[in-house]
Amino acid sequence: MANGPGMFRRRNPVGPLEYTRRAWVRLFLLGTFVFLYVPIGTLMIYSFNDSRRNIVWRGFTTKYYEKAWNNDGLIEAFTNSLTIAFFSTIFATVLGAMVAVFLWRFRFPFKAPYEGAMALPIVIPEICMGVALMAFFSRVGWPSGLPWPINLSSITIAHIAFSFPFVAVIVRARLVGFNRELEEAARDLGANEWRTFWDVLVPYMRPGLVAGALMAFTLSLDDFVITFFTSGPETVTFPVKVYSMVRFSVTPEINAASTILIVITVALTVIAMWLQGRAQAADKKRK
Amino acid sequence: MTSEPGAAPIISIENVTRRFGESVVAVDDVSLDIREGEFFALLGPSGCGKTTLLRMIAGFETLTSGTIRIDGQDIVGVPPNKRPVNMVFQSYAVFPHMTVADNVGYGLKVTGVSKGNRAGMVEEALGLVQLDGLGGRKPDQLSGGQRQRVALARALVKRPKVLLLDEPLSALDAKLREAMQLELVRLQHSVGITFVIVTHDQSEALSMADRIAVMESGKVRQVAPPAELYEYPTNRFVADFIGKMNLFEGRAEAGANGVLNVDVAGLGTISVPSQDTVSGSVGIAVRPEKMRLLSDQPDPSMISVAGTVSEVAYLGNESHVYVETEAGLKLNIVVKNDTRTVEPAVKLGDQRWAAWAPGDTLVLRE
Ligand SMILES: Nc1ncnc2c1ncn2[C@@H]1O[C@H](COP(=O)(O)OP(=O)(O)O)[C@@H](O)[C@H]1O
Ligand SMILES: [Mg+2]
Repeated sequence: MANGPGMFRRRNPVGPLEYTRRAWVRLFLLGTFVFLYVPIGTLMIYSFNDSRRNIVWRGFTTKYYEKAWNNDGLIEAFTNSLTIAFFSTIFATVLGAMVAVFLWRFRFPFKAPYEGAMALPIVIPEICMGVALMAFFSRVGWPSGLPWPINLSSITIAHIAFSFPFVAVIVRARLVGFNRELEEAARDLGANEWRTFWDVLVPYMRPGLVAGALMAFTLSLDDFVITFFTSGPETVTFPVKVYSMVRFSVTPEINAASTILIVITVALTVIAMWLQGRAQAADKKRK
Repeated sequence: MTSEPGAAPIISIENVTRRFGESVVAVDDVSLDIREGEFFALLGPSGCGKTTLLRMIAGFETLTSGTIRIDGQDIVGVPPNKRPVNMVFQSYAVFPHMTVADNVGYGLKVTGVSKGNRAGMVEEALGLVQLDGLGGRKPDQLSGGQRQRVALARALVKRPKVLLLDEPLSALDAKLREAMQLELVRLQHSVGITFVIVTHDQSEALSMADRIAVMESGKVRQVAPPAELYEYPTNRFVADFIGKMNLFEGRAEAGANGVLNVDVAGLGTISVPSQDTVSGSVGIAVRPEKMRLLSDQPDPSMISVAGTVSEVAYLGNESHVYVETEAGLKLNIVVKNDTRTVEPAVKLGDQRWAAWAPGDTLVLRE
């Protein structure tokens, strides 16, 4: 045969819609990629730079990771951030999922405006929410100076407030594809409403719940603006701590700490996206 | 079969109406009795209210008015999980996150059957629908037909008094559908449970059901066994909906001595044997396969009319011939191709007589 596997093949000509095979498109894609990742890449590389000052490369070291690890203030801030993220994620996930189920399940007056208002914190400028929450906590006279971890409660509440709408939106989107006959089948087979909820709806929502929870976790972990307004002197979180350190000088220690934060958030986001993609693929296969 | 008339109905539907909003009457004052052990079909065009009626029996739809009794017990207000009926959903609604065995066992689990007892019952149910050995599979590893069997097993394992099936075969391809029709009948015989099936496919209903209720825009138009429905429809809708039918409009004079004279435009006055003494406008109906296509005028004991062959559709075993009369009547006649020949028996433009026995004529009051 003329076109067997061993033959020299001419390159396929570029088809009219194969934009990704055109040079200028490839250049554009490369350009945006560089624009996005050069600053972050530089930060991560310089965390291994063997130099007090962050300007020229002096060789590879991990001592700044060690230094960050031994910085009590930084570790305390990191512990605070993880604690806040942990609790706010649990509450935001439950609250967000409940809102999503209510919006999906029931018809009630002013449902559309309510649904819109629920999603509003996603677009409200963080600075406004920060100021509003700060005013709120001082107005109600939220106690300060409580023992750890109760002193983190105001930040945690603030984090729940801005992250649960994200969970609600993600879970709500997942519920759109739900086949109501599954619920009816469970009822038909003898399950009461509560059983049906746990046996049918929750398993279906699970990918959305996990994705939403991971989203809430990363949002809480790296939030600066709202936290800055609601934190006190003894409730410093990781981003706030980094900010206060940067005000003196940008040291490789900060680079090291930031790199760890980036790795954590990117990993969680990738997991969240992967879970959502897998659930969608499974749904498609089922069709 | 236990469907002899007079047996106590397992489901009794009395004056049931269901409205959606102001204008839609999905089910309109329906009264029906479904007998124990029978294979009952709700047949009608799309949107006539079949699904709504079925869902009211299952408990997923409320009644605007009327009552439904299952085995003598008024079940209005009883939630679906407390009703002695089970349903096979149109989408099958097999739980995607459970294995086949867990799906089938679900209804037993939620009603507190122990794990040990469940295993045997699940196995038996899977055997009943010929899914032996597939208990460990996930639904997305099954074909559409197999998923339907899971839905069937899952409902049957509960030993309901009535099994409700909403368009169970509509998602299957033609070959599988035919096989499944036979299998559903076999299954119903072997388990002895009353089946109520919803379908818009008349051949499905005719071939499977013991009795059929034909519905039209929320109303039940006739309830009868398949042959009676086909041979003795009681109104124009059923006559036209089931099979093919030649329908004419006529005026009857009050009949006497078992004979009714009907004046049909284009046919003249025909005399039809009928106990009916109706007078006024009636529908006259004759099945195409009851008509003969003749070259010469038959003797006057037959009802006949002359015309020109205007269309011939050759279908192999038979041909559908259309004859148009001078008065503009168009008659559909089925001609059996029972001699082996490639010569067409009739050609377009042929002059022929269409004739049928008076006894094959139906008089429809509605
Ligand atoms: N939940 C509902 N809300 C409004 N109208 C409905 C609803 N369910 C059914 N209907 C209407 O009731 C009529 C009968 O529907 P259905 O019982 O599904 O018909 P079928 O199953 O015979 O095709 C249709 O006109 C349909 O639009
Ligand atoms: Mg329907």
